[in-house]
Formats: sequence, C-alpha cells, structure tokens
Amino acid sequence: MMQRMRQGFRSAAAVCAIALFTAAVAQAQESPEALVKRVSEDVIATIKADPLVQAGNQARIREVMETRLLPNFDFARMTALAMGKNWRAATPEQQQRLTDEFRTLLVRTYSGALNKYRDETIEYKPLRMNPGDTDVTVRTAVLKPGGAPVQIDYSMAKSPSGWKAYDVIVGGVSLVTNYRDEFNEQIRSGGVDGLLKTLADKNRGAPAK
Amino acid sequence: MKRRRALAARIVGAVALAALAGCAAAPSKDDPFEPMNRALFGVHEVTDQYVMKPAIDAYTAVVPRLVRTGVSNFFNNLDDLYSGINALLQGKPDKAGNDFGRVMLNSFVMGGIFDLASDIGIERGSEDFGQTFGAWGMPQGPYLFVPIFGPTTVRDGAGWGVRIYASLIGFIPDVPVRNSLYGIGAVDIRAQATDAISIADTASLDKYRFIRNAYLQRRRYLLYDGQPPPEKDDE
Repeated sequence: MMQRMRQGFRSAAAVCAIALFTAAVAQAQESPEALVKRVSEDVIATIKADPLVQAGNQARIREVMETRLLPNFDFARMTALAMGKNWRAATPEQQQRLTDEFRTLLVRTYSGALNKYRDETIEYKPLRMNPGDTDVTVRTAVLKPGGAPVQIDYSMAKSPSGWKAYDVIVGGVSLVTNYRDEFNEQIRSGGVDGLLKTLADKNRGAPAK
Repeated sequence: MKRRRALAARIVGAVALAALAGCAAAPSKDDPFEPMNRALFGVHEVTDQYVMKPAIDAYTAVVPRLVRTGVSNFFNNLDDLYSGINALLQGKPDKAGNDFGRVMLNSFVMGGIFDLASDIGIERGSEDFGQTFGAWGMPQGPYLFVPIFGPTTVRDGAGWGVRIYASLIGFIPDVPVRNSLYGIGAVDIRAQATDAISIADTASLDKYRFIRNAYLQRRRYLLYDGQPPPEKDDE
C-alpha cells in the first residue's frame, strides 16, 4: 500500500517536473516581440482592473511593477551601458550598488507615471529578426486619442532565462544614452562614489539641483 | 509689492546658483553657452513655478477635459498644416499628402476641434521648419534655453521664427483675439508637457542636463525621420 502511494507520488512529481521544464523552455523560446506584447498587456490589464493602482497607491503600483514588469529587464546591463567606460573602473561592489540605486531610481520614476494610463492603445510593429539573432529592437507605438503617437522601442538581448530589455527608447530618446551624460558628469566631478551618493540622495527624495 | 520683491530675490538666487553650477560643468560641444543657458533655465524654473504652473493648474481645473482636447486639436490642426508645408519643402510628397489630408478632413469637421483623422488611423506628422533647415544642410548650432519657451537650438529657433512670422494667427487683425489665441496656445503646449516635466523632475540627477540631452536626442530622431544613424561614441 505504502509502496504504491510512494510510487504515485514519484510519478506525480515527475509529471510536475516535466510540466515546469516545458514551461521554462516555452518561456526561453518566446520571441522578444511576443514577450513585449504579453508583458505589456498583462500590466495594462492589471492596472486597469486594480482600484488601488487607479487611486495612485504607490505601494501597490510598485508591487505590480516588481512582479510583472521588472523581471523582464536586465538592470546590470542597463547600468553598465549608462556608465560607459567608467563601468570597468568601478569595483564589483560599487557595480552592484550602482545597479541597485539606478533600478530604484527608474522604478520611482515610472511608478509615478503608471497610473496615468487611461485609454491609450499599443500598436506592436512587426519584428524583422533572423533565427540566430541575440540582440533585437522591438518597436511599439502608444496611440492616444487627441495626441501624436509616441514610439516606444525596447532594445532586447537573449539571456539563458529568456529575452531581457536593456534600453527603452521613447520617441527617439534613449534612456541609457540620456543617463550616460549625467553619469559621466557626476563621475567627473565626484568619482564613482560621488555618483553613488547623488543616486542615493535622489532616491531618498532630495529634489534635483 | 513685497511678493514681487520676494520673487525677484528668488530669481536672482536661482540665477546665481545656476551660473555657479554651470562653471563647474565640463563644456559640451552642443552647448557652448552652458553657463548662460543654466542661468536662463534658473529663471525659467522660477517663472514656471510661479506663473505658468498656476495658470496650467487653473486651466485644467476649470476647463473640462473634453474642451481641453478640443483646444489641443485646434492647435494641432494648425501644426499639421505646417508639417505638410515642411514635408513639401523637404521633398517628401507622401508625408505632405498625409498631413494635408488630415488638415482637410479635420478642418472640414467643426474647424479642427475633433481629430477625426487620427480616429480613422491617419497618424500625425511631425515636420517643422527647424527640421527643414536641417534637411537643407544648416548646422544645428549651439543649444539655447529660452525661459518660458524651453529648450531649442539656433537652427530650431530660426525655424520657430519663420513659423511665428508665417503663423495664420498672425494674420488675425483683431489684436485681443490674436493675443488670446497666442496665450491659449502657450497654455495648451505647457499643459500637454506636464507629464513629461514631472518625469524629468523625478528621473534627473541634473534637470538641466537631462532636458538638454532629451531635447537634442529627440530633435536628431525627428530630423532623420525616426531612423537616426548610430552616433559615434566618445567612449
């Protein structure tokens, strides 16, 4: 009796493992375009349906971002690109802290904008991609009634855990490029620690100078 | 009187601070007048806070959203006309046709206060005289920050000069009507930019630099119709 039950458990565990594995493979093979679409629509559906988000509850907005949006971004790569040549000059410990602070800054910025979403629709442009590509740009446009469409492009790279975005280009303005000049200037005047301090102060709510 | 003096003191303070910050910064090839621009940016920030922002808050509080959209559409319709003219000047007849089609359709329906063209999928163009001058080979010139008006360059400023000189509103003989339209136009532009400005407040380490970089990137993108060649890296 016990023997049979144990066998039953074992085969159930095997089925679960296979199912999980298939899901993981499916996720890894999901095209970058499909990923952007799935995540965008999931986030939009969530914020539209959630009364707390609509009311501007920052804790809830951040929770939605943390669980649904941010796992699809490669913040270490984003930070490295924004740092440019200064990245190699930073110690691994500084690199980690820079990544954390930069991530916090971006989350703070965009959680303030997320509940402004109203009746915009997103158009996903067809992606031209060769089978072996590991770096692509997914193009979208946000259309809102009574306004010009805003182009939002995502630079994405393939990683072992699926495609991850490492830059967002809004209406031709690259997030990474915009920060590169700001980071450079901070490092030029105060070194990597100066930049870290500015980022940390900013994240603790100090206004921009 | 007291309030005015307080405002003046704030402006002087902001200018002094901005000028100091400007001296400390490394010169950028696009922004040789950075110290002056930073001073003007300081003036802008104070006037924006004490004059423009209260006006926008009143405007958005008093005027219903539907009417504000109508106002935006009215001015956008004028912009579309100039976008079409500039598309022609740059030898892009397809884009011009698109813009003129929008203007005809939208003007025909209630004088441009509804954007029917967008509803049926004719997207707005974004050509202007600054881009036309760029397409004709005029260099961008130094970056300039003009209080209330915002970021620009010598080339884009020249474009705005032509735009204002050739503006349809300029032909309105009734001065109060004309000036009211200019005023409402300015309020409309600032109201539409409110979300972008609040992002710059939280996102930037140095707001002046953040706005300058975003402006120059955006203009480059528009000049190349959304396909800018990769920028040579200084790294």
